[in-house]
Amino acid sequence: MSLWRQLTHGLRRLMRPAAVDQDIADEVDHYLEEAVAALLAEGVPAAEARRMVRLELGTASSVGEEARSYGWEQTVGVFLSDLRHAARQLRNNPGFTLVIAATLALGIGATTAIFSAVNPILFEPLPYPRAASVVMISDFGPGGAPQDTTFGTFLELIERSRSLDAAAVSKPWQPTMIGDAEPERLTGQRVSAGYFRALGVTPILGRDFQPSDDRPDGPRVAILSDALWRRRLGADGSVIGKEVTLDDKTFEVIGVMPGRFENVLAASAEIWAPLQYSTSLTPDGREWGHHLRMIARLRPGVGLDRARSELDVIARSPLAEFPRVPWASLKQGLVVNSLQHEVTRAVRPALVAVLGAVLFVLAIACVNVTNLLLARGAQRRGEFAMRSALGARPSRLTRQVLTESVLVAVLGGALGMLVAEAGVHALVALSPPGLPRLGAIRVDGAVFTFALVVTTLAGLLVGAVPALAASRADLQTALQQGSRRAAGGHQWTRRVLVVAEVALALVLLVSAGLLLRSIERLFAVDAGFDTTRLLTMQVQGSGRRLDSDAARLRFFEQILESVRKLPGVEAVALTSQLPLSGDRDGYGIRLDGQHDLKDVSGALRYAVTPGYLDTMRIPVRRGRALDARDVAGAPRAALVSESLAKRLLPDRDPLGQPIHFGPEEGPPYTIVGVIGDVKQTSLTIETDDAVYVAMPQWHWVDSVMTLVIRAHGDAASLTPAVRAAIWSVDRNQAIARVGTMDSLVARSEADRRFALILFEAFGLVALLLAATGIYGVLSGSVAERTREIGVRAALGASRLDILSLVARQGMVLMAVGMLIGVAGAVMASQALVTMLFGVSRLDPVTYGAVVLLLTLVSAVASAIPAWRAARVDPAITLRAE
Amino acid sequence: MTDPTTDVIQGTLDMLILKTLSLEPMHGFGIARRIEQISRGVFKVNPGSLMTAFQRLERDGLLDSEWRHTDNSRRAKFYRLSRAGRRRLEIETADWTRRAAAVARLLRTQA
Repeated sequence: MSLWRQLTHGLRRLMRPAAVDQDIADEVDHYLEEAVAALLAEGVPAAEARRMVRLELGTASSVGEEARSYGWEQTVGVFLSDLRHAARQLRNNPGFTLVIAATLALGIGATTAIFSAVNPILFEPLPYPRAASVVMISDFGPGGAPQDTTFGTFLELIERSRSLDAAAVSKPWQPTMIGDAEPERLTGQRVSAGYFRALGVTPILGRDFQPSDDRPDGPRVAILSDALWRRRLGADGSVIGKEVTLDDKTFEVIGVMPGRFENVLAASAEIWAPLQYSTSLTPDGREWGHHLRMIARLRPGVGLDRARSELDVIARSPLAEFPRVPWASLKQGLVVNSLQHEVTRAVRPALVAVLGAVLFVLAIACVNVTNLLLARGAQRRGEFAMRSALGARPSRLTRQVLTESVLVAVLGGALGMLVAEAGVHALVALSPPGLPRLGAIRVDGAVFTFALVVTTLAGLLVGAVPALAASRADLQTALQQGSRRAAGGHQWTRRVLVVAEVALALVLLVSAGLLLRSIERLFAVDAGFDTTRLLTMQVQGSGRRLDSDAARLRFFEQILESVRKLPGVEAVALTSQLPLSGDRDGYGIRLDGQHDLKDVSGALRYAVTPGYLDTMRIPVRRGRALDARDVAGAPRAALVSESLAKRLLPDRDPLGQPIHFGPEEGPPYTIVGVIGDVKQTSLTIETDDAVYVAMPQWHWVDSVMTLVIRAHGDAASLTPAVRAAIWSVDRNQAIARVGTMDSLVARSEADRRFALILFEAFGLVALLLAATGIYGVLSGSVAERTREIGVRAALGASRLDILSLVARQGMVLMAVGMLIGVAGAVMASQALVTMLFGVSRLDPVTYGAVVLLLTLVSAVASAIPAWRAARVDPAITLRAE
Repeated sequence: MTDPTTDVIQGTLDMLILKTLSLEPMHGFGIARRIEQISRGVFKVNPGSLMTAFQRLERDGLLDSEWRHTDNSRRAKFYRLSRAGRRRLEIETADWTRRAAAVARLLRTQA
C-alpha cells in the first residue's frame, strides 16, 4: 500500500509537475492566510499580522521550497533537469559533440570488438559441463617441449589413474566422402570410445560410441556433425542406420552431434569414427607413435593439482605389467593442463598484447576527450560562475558536468557498438587460422555489458577532471574574464594530459614498430626453398580401384604427366609432406649396424618424385639428387639434410653411408646426396632433420600426396586447369588445401601478422589522437593568450619570436611525453617478447624511427597554432579590450 | 534556552499529527494551531516541516487527504486519519508512554 503510494505520488509529480506544484502552492497559501486570519481575529491590524506571519513562518516561496523538497522523485527530477540541460548543451555544439562522440566511439568500439574476441577464448569457460575439469595430458618430447601422447601411455594411464573419470585420445582424420555430389575431402577425427563423454556432450540423434565399437576390425560406424548432416544429408531425421561412403568404404551413421557442439580440439571436424587401435602393443606399431591428443575429465572433487601429482607418480613408477618403449618412457613425467589452457596457449600472447594495446587506445581517446571537455569548460567558466552565484552548490555543478560527460559517452558508446559490430567482422576475417572458438566471437550479452561498463567508466573518467575544475570555479576570479590565474591552472592540467597522450602513443607505436620489424625479419628468413610462383594442393589416391601400391603409384604418375603438359607450368612434383603447411611426419632413423634403441632419433620423411628438388629449388650440397634410377626394386637411395648429416655423421663422409629409416624392414637406404635445410614447421622454428626418399622406394605408397607446381607466371591462376587435369585422370578423387606457397608462408606467421595489423591500426589511431591533442592544447593556449601575444608584438617581438614561443611550448610537451613514453615502451615491450623475432625489444632503430615520426607529426600539429599566433595583429587585439 | 517554546522534538511530530487528526479531519493550519494550543504553546510548528510530514505520512498510507472548499470558497487540503494511521497511533502512544515513564523514573533516581 505505502510502496504503491510512494510510486504513484512520485510518478504523478514527475509526469505533471505543474499540477502538483500548484497543489502545494495552494496549500501553503491557505495555511498562511489562515495564520493571518487567526491573528486578525485576535485584533491585530492587517499589516502587522502579515508582517508577523512572514517573520514567524516565512514567505509562501520559502515554505513552498521546503514542502517541495520531499520525495524520491526530487533526485530524479534534478537528474532529469541536468540531463535536459546537458542534452541542450551538446545539441548547441554539434561539431564539438560529434568530435567527442566519434573519439569515444573509436575507443569504446575497438575495445569492445577486441573484448568480444578475447572473452570466449581467454575468460569464458569452454562450452562443456564442468569445463574446468577437462584436461589435456601430453608427453614430454626430446627437447622438453610437450608433445602428443601414445596409445600405449593412454592405456596405462586409464588403467592406473584414479583421478580420471573419462579419458580419450584422438587423431586427425581426413576421409573423402563420395556420394551424389562432388567428392569432398572432409575434416574429421578418429577417436577412442570415450571422447564425447570426456567432453561431456552427447549426440542429439542416435547414440555415442561404445567400447565395443573401438577395437581392431570393429564395426565401421561414424558420428556426423550437425553441419555435415545438413549439408550432405539434407538434415534427414531418419539418417541413423543409413550408410555413407568414406574412402570407398561404407560407414554406418550412428549419431549426429548437436549444432551448438563446439569441438575445440579440431574446430573444423565434421565426422568422427572410432580409433580402433590394438590393445596388444607391439613396439614398432602405430600404438607407440606420438600422434594422439589425450583429453580427460577429472573425477568430481579432484583438482588439477591432485591429478597432476597422481599422474606424475604413475609416470615415474613404471610397472612390469605395463611395459613402455624408450621413446615413451615418461621419465620426464607428464604435462597436465586444463583443456582451456592448452587450446588457447598458442594465441594467448598475441591476444593479451592486443587487449593491452586496445586499452591504450581507449586511454588515449579518454585523455583526448578530457582535454576537449576541459577546453570547453574553460569557455563555460562564466556560466558556472553565474550558476554558483545564484546559489548552485559545487556538488550540483560537478553533477552537471558529469551528466554531460556520461551523456556524451553514452552517445559515443552507441556509435561504438556499431564500430564494434564492424570490428568483430573484421577480426573474424583477419583471424589467424589457429584462433580457437572462432564461432563464439560475436557481440553477445557479455560483450554488451562490457561495453556498457566501459562507456559509463569512460564517461565518469573523462568528466572527472573537468567536473573538479567546474566545482572549483571561484566566483571572484571566474567573473573576471580572461583571468590569468584560472587560465594557467587549466592549461597546466591540459599539458599533463597531452604529455600522457604522447607517452601512450609512443608505447603503442614502438610496439607496432617492433612487430613490423619482426615480420620483416621473418620474411627475410630463408625457407630453404624458393617460395615464389608455387601452387600447391593435396591430391588423394584412395578407393577400391587404387587399393594397391602399384595402382596408386600409376595414378600419381598419370597426374604428374597431365599437369606437366599444361601451359604455364614450369616444373611439377609430388611430396608426401609440404613445408609450412602444418604437416609433420617423422620416423626413427639410425645408422646401419647400431642396434641400441637409444640411438634412434627422428627425422622428417619426404617421399617425393624425382623432380621435387628442382621444382622447390632446394640446393644439392653434395652428391646427387634423386632421379629416374630410383625406382621400386632398385637399391634404396636417400638424401639427407645438411643439419642431419652434421649431427648423425659429424666425423664421416655421409655419402655412401647405409641408414635405417622408418619401419624395420628391407635393406637399408644409402645416402646418395646432402641437400639444403628446409623450414618445415615455421620460419621461426629451427630446421628439423630431414630424409628424402623416392616415392616408389618408401615402405608404402601414401594415399595423400601434395602436388607442387612451379608456374611461369601467376601461380594461383593455374588452379582451374590443374584441377581439370587431375579430374581427367580420376573423377572420384578429392582435391584439398589448394593454395600458393606465398599464402602458406603468410599463414604460418598469421598470429604475428594478426597482432601486427591490429597494432598498426591502433598505433595510427593513437598518432592521430595525440596530434589532435597537441593541436587542441596549443590552439587553446594561443586563443587565451591572444592579448598577451598582441602586447608582445606591440612591444617589438618579431613574428619569428612569437612563432618559436608557441612552437617551443609544443615541443617541450612532446619531449617530456616522449621521454616518459620511451620508459613505458621499454617496460611494455616485455609483454611482446614472445612475439618478436630477430629484433631486440630495445631495438634502437625502432625507437629512433618512432621518436622521429612523433616529432614530425607534433611539429605539424604545433605549427598551425604557432602560425596563427604569429599573425596576431596587435592593433586589433588591443582595440578589442 | 530560556525561551519556553521549542521546536517539536525530532520524530514526535508524526505522532502529534496523528493524535490531532484522531479527533476530526483538519487542514494544515488547523493542525498546527491545535498542536500549539494543546501543548499550551510549548511546541511551535514550522509549516515547511509540517507539510513535509504530511506528504510522508500520506505516502506511508497513514493519512488520506482531500481538497475541500472552505466557507470563504477557498481550496483547502483536509487530512484524515486512515485505518492504518489509527493503528500506528495506538502503537506509538503505547510506546511513547512506556519510554516517557522509563525516562521519568531514571531522572528521579539520578536526582
